[in-house]
Amino acid sequence: MAKTDIGPLDYKTMLPPVISRNYGKWRYHEIPRPGVLVHTAESGEKLYTVRAGSPRLISTEHIREICEIADKYCDGYLRFTSRHNIEFLLADAAKVEPLLKELESRGYPVGGTGHAISNIVHTQGWVHCHTPATDASGPVKALMDEIYDYFTTMKLPNHVRIALACCLNMCGAVHCSDIAILGIHRTVPKPDNSRVPNVCEIPSTVASCPTGAIKGDMKNKTVTVNNEKCMYCGNCYTVCPAMPIADPDNDGISIWVGGKVSNARTPPTFSKLAIPYLPNNPPRWPEVVDAVKNIIEVYASHARKHERVGEWIERVGWERFFSLTGIPFTDKHIDDFDMASETFRSSTLFKWR
Amino acid sequence: MAKTETPLLDELEKGKWPSFVKDMKQAAKKNPMAEDLLGQLELSYKEKIGHWKHGGIVGVKGYGSGVIGRYSDRPDLFPNVQAFHTMRVNHPTGWFYKTDKLRQLCDIWDKHGSGLTNMHGSTGDAILLGTTTDHLQPCFDDLSEAGYDLGGSGSALRTPSACVGQGRCEWACIDSLDICYNITMSFQDQMHRPMFPYKFKIKVSACPNDCVASIARSDFSVIGTWKGDIRIDQEAVQAYAASGAIDIQKEVCDLCPTKCMEWDGKKLKIYNEDCNRCMHCINLLTKALRPGEEKGATILIGGKAPILEGALLSWVIVPFMKLEPPYTELKELVLKIQDWWDENGKSRERLGELIKRMGMRVFLRAVGLPAVPQMVKAPRANPYIFFWPEDIQKEVK
Repeated sequence: MAKTDIGPLDYKTMLPPVISRNYGKWRYHEIPRPGVLVHTAESGEKLYTVRAGSPRLISTEHIREICEIADKYCDGYLRFTSRHNIEFLLADAAKVEPLLKELESRGYPVGGTGHAISNIVHTQGWVHCHTPATDASGPVKALMDEIYDYFTTMKLPNHVRIALACCLNMCGAVHCSDIAILGIHRTVPKPDNSRVPNVCEIPSTVASCPTGAIKGDMKNKTVTVNNEKCMYCGNCYTVCPAMPIADPDNDGISIWVGGKVSNARTPPTFSKLAIPYLPNNPPRWPEVVDAVKNIIEVYASHARKHERVGEWIERVGWERFFSLTGIPFTDKHIDDFDMASETFRSSTLFKWR
Repeated sequence: MAKTETPLLDELEKGKWPSFVKDMKQAAKKNPMAEDLLGQLELSYKEKIGHWKHGGIVGVKGYGSGVIGRYSDRPDLFPNVQAFHTMRVNHPTGWFYKTDKLRQLCDIWDKHGSGLTNMHGSTGDAILLGTTTDHLQPCFDDLSEAGYDLGGSGSALRTPSACVGQGRCEWACIDSLDICYNITMSFQDQMHRPMFPYKFKIKVSACPNDCVASIARSDFSVIGTWKGDIRIDQEAVQAYAASGAIDIQKEVCDLCPTKCMEWDGKKLKIYNEDCNRCMHCINLLTKALRPGEEKGATILIGGKAPILEGALLSWVIVPFMKLEPPYTELKELVLKIQDWWDENGKSRERLGELIKRMGMRVFLRAVGLPAVPQMVKAPRANPYIFFWPEDIQKEVK
């Protein structure tokens, strides 16, 4: 019988010796070129980090290739980042250039540091999830192909964090990103009255609805959905699998902007709605790619140095965000959930465009 | 087996960014599960809809979490992914690996599963993507033998995660790696045996830059901070100014949110009592400025994604807590909060939603924390004040 509750591998046994020796005694860091970090310790020792992009969904063969590279240049030490990048950790400065050459020859993008667009945090999508309104890996690949140069350079006003979640459950917690790509449903779930009595618990299904749109039909041991109240979050489907919500003709993607989690300069903040709906158009989601690219380019040419997307929008105003990007403002942009009135303007202080 | 035709997915092998389709095809060459996964994904691309059903209850002996059940809704077409369950493997804190351990993980997964992974999932686990029910226990046995354990899933403590912290970062105010590892080891039971109203997430960031997004993604956010003065090396400030790489007035002082800095071309003066420790100046002048000496963490709670009652960012409940091993005060606070949540929370109600429903006032009293001004952006502006019975008796006297 296998031992249980042993916990994860002890990270202390996974640290390169240069880190163990200088743990907690790092003094400063520099970014000599995109994708390369040099951390200097109080002792004067240096740690070189080379950051490479990854599709996140990777095969064991790919992991073995990463291991082979890490053995060759890093004495077998590496780490992954919270944005799915691979970081090769080197103690030997002389090995940095050869590593960069090898990564280039093997097709690994090196970058994602400083004022760049790092890898896109994303979810499972059609690959392995039961509630997706879109795919995750596909739109991410299509978009990263198109904005590749922003990963390998550091020419933006500040870094731009992009994340994608394939439904409102937001496994990727995209809701505080500079640009969030969010899969949405747009039609009501349809209770299958022959299956609901067998697979679903009526009270928990009713309770699962944030807007009170679901009513129990005790006589028929099923539920009914009030179409007027439903905003297609899909939470009921998670609780009751017999009321599917996926709709190939109407599911799609919404785009949100201006969120951040860091406290630098301004408080952490949610992303706000920029585009309520774009169609699912696999395999390359051109509408989504174009829309995101447009937002990045308008930001890049209008924001001041160090301004995150949200800080730039706050400075120029949402009126100007919509006029500069050419994104139409609609009634869908005006909140009607529980805290809606806090977002209505109660002053005469606005701009004409 | 005949090669699966994937004309739509083939389009995603083009382009410069690394392609997940290439990885799926690599795995498919060796593994029939991966081959059928590719086929089913192509079908999703054609039909614009997912083909996975809800998970049934599957798992390994002694655990109620760590495995996500997944079944194809087209087993007629793709019999090898009829059952295709995910195993969440708790990552080494900070996602540091030695290649020998990583290869061992690959060997185990090639033996038992599809050969496909996510490095890593959003919560932090190494995700082993897809195996059959009868392989779950043998796979877990091999993982355990190799020193790996499963992470959390369902209504349990989810795998805690931390930023790189003192492992590499000069800004770390707390030992985020050690705190995260200590919490993970102390709360194994909470992770592996779901016993809460819903999920509970803990994330540890070592400074206010919050590189693991703990404020947005965790019910219990630990964010490193400091008291006292920012440490300045004036010579290093001058070196930055002389280098021409940075305009101290424009990029540092003018962008300081509290306007607590003055630069006369020679000396940088900081009015520390006005500083709110946002990190902007330290981020820019990393050789010259450092967080103050008295370090600890701000504890915030309630962060979550939208489901059910809307997204929340965590709220300050302890402005400053010293964090030294074995982190007893921190862990006792976690347990007290979970007890109150467990007692009062409805099914699928996250901690932040419960506090919204019951009131912060009630929560603070229940866990024994004093109300302090650091907790709010502003005091209430409405007159709907609740008083405790003992407040009223005082009034009557």
